[in-house]
Amino acid sequence: MSGLMRTPAGGRVDRAKPLNFTFDGRPYIGLAGDTLASALIANGVHLVGRSFKYHRPRGFLAAGSEEPNALVNIERTGGRSAPNLRATQVELYQGLVAHSQNRWPSLAFDLLALNDLAPAGLFGAGFYYKTFMAPKGAWHRLYEPFIRRTAGLGVAPKAADPDHYAHRYAFADVLVVGAGAAGLAAALAAAETGVSVMLCDEQPEMGGGLLDERNTIIDGVSASAWVASALARLRTMSNVTLLPRTQAFGYYAQNFLGLSERLVDHLAAPDAKVPRERLWKVRAKQVVLATGAIERPLVFPDNDRPGVMLASAARTYANRHGVKPGQRAVVFTADDTGYAAALDLHAAGTEIAMIADLRPIAAGPGYEAAKSAGLPMANAMVINAVSGRTRVKRVQLGTLNVNGMLTDLHWIDCDVIAMTGGWTPAVHLFSQSRGKLTYDANRQIYLPGTSPQALQSVGACNGTFDLATALAEGHAAGGGSAHHYTASGAIAPSGGFHGAVPTAGNPQKIKAFVDFQNDVTAKDIRLAVREGMHSIEHIKRYTTTGMATDQGKTSNMNGLAIASAALDKPIPDIGLTTFRPPFTPVTFGTLAGHARGDLFDPIRRTAIHGWAEAQGAAFEDVGQWKRAWYFPKENEDLHAAVNRECKAARSAAGLFDASTLGKIEVVGPDAAEFMERLYTNPWHKLGVGRCRYGLMLNEAGFVMDDGVIGRLALDRFHVTTTTGGAPRVLAHMEDYLQTEFPELKVWLTSTTEQWSVIAVQGPKAREILAPLVEGIDLSPDAMPHMSLREGKICGVPTRLFRVSFTGELGFEVNVPADYGRVVWEAIYAAGAPHGLTPYGTETMHVLRAEKGYIIIGQETDGTVTPSDLSLDWAIGKTKKDFVGKRSLRRPDLLKTDRKQLVGLLTVDPKVVLEEGAQITVEASPATGTPALGHVTSSYWSETLGRSIALALVAEGKARIGQTLHVPMPGIAVAIQVTEPIFFDKPGVRLDA
Amino acid sequence: MLLIHCPYCEMDRPELEFRYAGEAHVARPLDPDPLTDEDWGQFLYLRKNPKGLHAERWRHTNGCGRFFNCLRDTVSDRIFATYKAGQPRPEIAQ
Repeated sequence: MSGLMRTPAGGRVDRAKPLNFTFDGRPYIGLAGDTLASALIANGVHLVGRSFKYHRPRGFLAAGSEEPNALVNIERTGGRSAPNLRATQVELYQGLVAHSQNRWPSLAFDLLALNDLAPAGLFGAGFYYKTFMAPKGAWHRLYEPFIRRTAGLGVAPKAADPDHYAHRYAFADVLVVGAGAAGLAAALAAAETGVSVMLCDEQPEMGGGLLDERNTIIDGVSASAWVASALARLRTMSNVTLLPRTQAFGYYAQNFLGLSERLVDHLAAPDAKVPRERLWKVRAKQVVLATGAIERPLVFPDNDRPGVMLASAARTYANRHGVKPGQRAVVFTADDTGYAAALDLHAAGTEIAMIADLRPIAAGPGYEAAKSAGLPMANAMVINAVSGRTRVKRVQLGTLNVNGMLTDLHWIDCDVIAMTGGWTPAVHLFSQSRGKLTYDANRQIYLPGTSPQALQSVGACNGTFDLATALAEGHAAGGGSAHHYTASGAIAPSGGFHGAVPTAGNPQKIKAFVDFQNDVTAKDIRLAVREGMHSIEHIKRYTTTGMATDQGKTSNMNGLAIASAALDKPIPDIGLTTFRPPFTPVTFGTLAGHARGDLFDPIRRTAIHGWAEAQGAAFEDVGQWKRAWYFPKENEDLHAAVNRECKAARSAAGLFDASTLGKIEVVGPDAAEFMERLYTNPWHKLGVGRCRYGLMLNEAGFVMDDGVIGRLALDRFHVTTTTGGAPRVLAHMEDYLQTEFPELKVWLTSTTEQWSVIAVQGPKAREILAPLVEGIDLSPDAMPHMSLREGKICGVPTRLFRVSFTGELGFEVNVPADYGRVVWEAIYAAGAPHGLTPYGTETMHVLRAEKGYIIIGQETDGTVTPSDLSLDWAIGKTKKDFVGKRSLRRPDLLKTDRKQLVGLLTVDPKVVLEEGAQITVEASPATGTPALGHVTSSYWSETLGRSIALALVAEGKARIGQTLHVPMPGIAVAIQVTEPIFFDKPGVRLDA
Repeated sequence: MLLIHCPYCEMDRPELEFRYAGEAHVARPLDPDPLTDEDWGQFLYLRKNPKGLHAERWRHTNGCGRFFNCLRDTVSDRIFATYKAGQPRPEIAQ
């Protein structure tokens, strides 16, 4: 037996295939073809969750993707559990394990339901702006943790997701979204013309609303038979791709749509080789939207009690799943489709206690059919109250008199309420296409207007509710002309109501829900209006209506109507919030696809990486590069290793892999003129074989990059850039070359990966390299500091630079990257007897800081000028123009209180400052005192036997000699401002 | 993701190959020196932010590497034309 509420026959479930499942630990039996929702209802279970804010008991409002209440956690092993799934879309499988969410200690007895009894206003609209404000500090300690505990969705699994997710690009002549009547007609018509067609639908079974029809006839056959033959025909066609279980969630520019296909979540034992979900990125020539319509709830007191559901959901459960939503139903309707629900429930064996029609006059085929079936009904009748906390027990009905007052209040028993306020076309995707919506004042619905994209809306999403007309519309949109559909027996939406139902209750006490998922009531929206929110954008943010994971699918129009009534303005004057992707939540796994783990981002390694790894180097990430950070010996930590490496470089020599430096070859007859315009320095007179420190500004005058630049020939420069700046600098150069100085004959080539760069730095550098070099005289006179020679090293062609980023005698050996490791190892072998020691980026940082050499991005942040860094000497004073020159005269850049680069020495030499720490005059400044600046670099200098730091400080140059402070938690560190150079001020070691 | 027609490659290519590069037709003054601070500030920082047709620069970074211009509707994201750097903005009747 698959549940007491199962009908004896009918529905699209397989009665021969019972399935065991559990919900909150209790075992149940459902049928193949059930959703978790229909299987629970078949077992008489309606209480499925607790609401977000008030922890009110909640049941199933809907039967599809618009469900706001029934969010569950589906447990699977090994990190495969998924929270926040809509039970109405979870397909039942053998052994399914489901849990309710947001309740403690249990679903039936939730202590936090006390929120529901809180004084009116405590959790009302904008409560987080108004309550929980005092006392100071209590928010973090008390209120926020409490709110986080009480308000919430499911819990994400802790283990990493072991599944894989696929991405696929696809192209289609026609993409049809939605496989209901109109969508199927469109796909059939398009496919018959021979073009490529994709048809996707969010449900496991295609057919849309037709699957819920009992008496509908299309072209002489039942609706379900018509669906079956349409799908059979489409399956035979090689130009058609059918995608069930596939949500079209986003509509982007140029007819580009994102579809999320669920591949295995409906299976008891998925094959781990099959992706769990697939993201389709579809570019379509034509898009046909056949996304249907979503039914609106009626807003009456306690309309959220388990057992209250949309009339369409009651139909789905009864007709598609063969499940009675209850034994005795009250149908509350403002639309003719409510009568269709009553007839279907009646046929399924649910007693109809009353059809209460809100409208004073009812008419239509549904009404007529229910009347001839003898179902009890009344016009101008509303539900004024609902009794039963965890399941509807009784309702209080009343009759609206001509003055709009409720009379004749009386209670009747029922265990299910099927309600309908009419239908809202699902224009979400149309709106995402940047389409303009038009307002149909007669029917009070928004309809698709014009879209800049090649798309057509057909069927209910276009406001075409009549079945035959919807089929014809789909057929025409698919390019068909030959066929005329006939349809009968379907009861089309007509009528409808927007806003809050009149009630006799105390408006301050009743809770009539508009947004079920975010617990927003009619009262909240009226309160927001009273408090000055007059645009729907403000009302939405203040009340959070429409901001839950269901994005207000069932609530938007009622919210608008209540605001409209409160403001006494027509609905279109209040505005409409923007529909944004995704239509339903999309998993991170689907969006990430294979771009995770090793495939998340490329890793760049230098030719020497393997050697450093074998030596046990620790690495750090610099952009996409892995750089050797330090080379620990035995039990050395970072500091011990760096101290040893620094000492070696200053006393003997150090070996450093500088291959990640960006390198750009600037070539052509106008190369020098180009350099002249892109860098601040003069270049025309730089001799061949000489190097210069180049400073690059952006047009606003701020330092952008720097590096040593060598001239190889009159028309050829070897430019180096910072490691992280290489692509940016090349793009900047290309931009000016292509668009501002196109007359210059210059070619730019990135050579970063072509060269390995081996820095040998220290007093013994020349001694170590000389025996390895052919054709280059390394003597100080032949090859002075800042010079460049071409020749051979270890038999390999080299560009040998005599440069230093350490303040020591230094060389940078450039060799083709393929020879990088061989040459590195040869230099290391030759140098080891001299004490040559490999060092990493940390030692490089310390050595350069001792000399006050800046690092772009550390001493600069995009707002620092050359003058701030005391680099005025690098600016060609006689140059007429260069990028950024004019900006250096702007008043803001000449201000005397700018932050300037200085050195800092802590009064206690043992204290190493924290980088980023703020600098103030006072040791304990008053709260709100602006900082003078911040520490940009800070290290322990083993060479100097003390700490050193660089900083940007307002009027820093004028403060040299002053004592300032770095306030830290519990202590203020006293510091002395100095020149930003700590070691070998005259620079004699460079010229050794 | 947009499909963008590179006027140099003469192909429609996916947006992933391109990098946006700001408003088009903002020429750097040939002689910046005599400009007033106000005029120079205008050139540096003031850009149009139209709702509708916008002439903007793109670079085919992961393709030919060329900068070119593009007329795009900022509301609909519809691209009306792409054209080579240095060419005048085409007249488009919307």
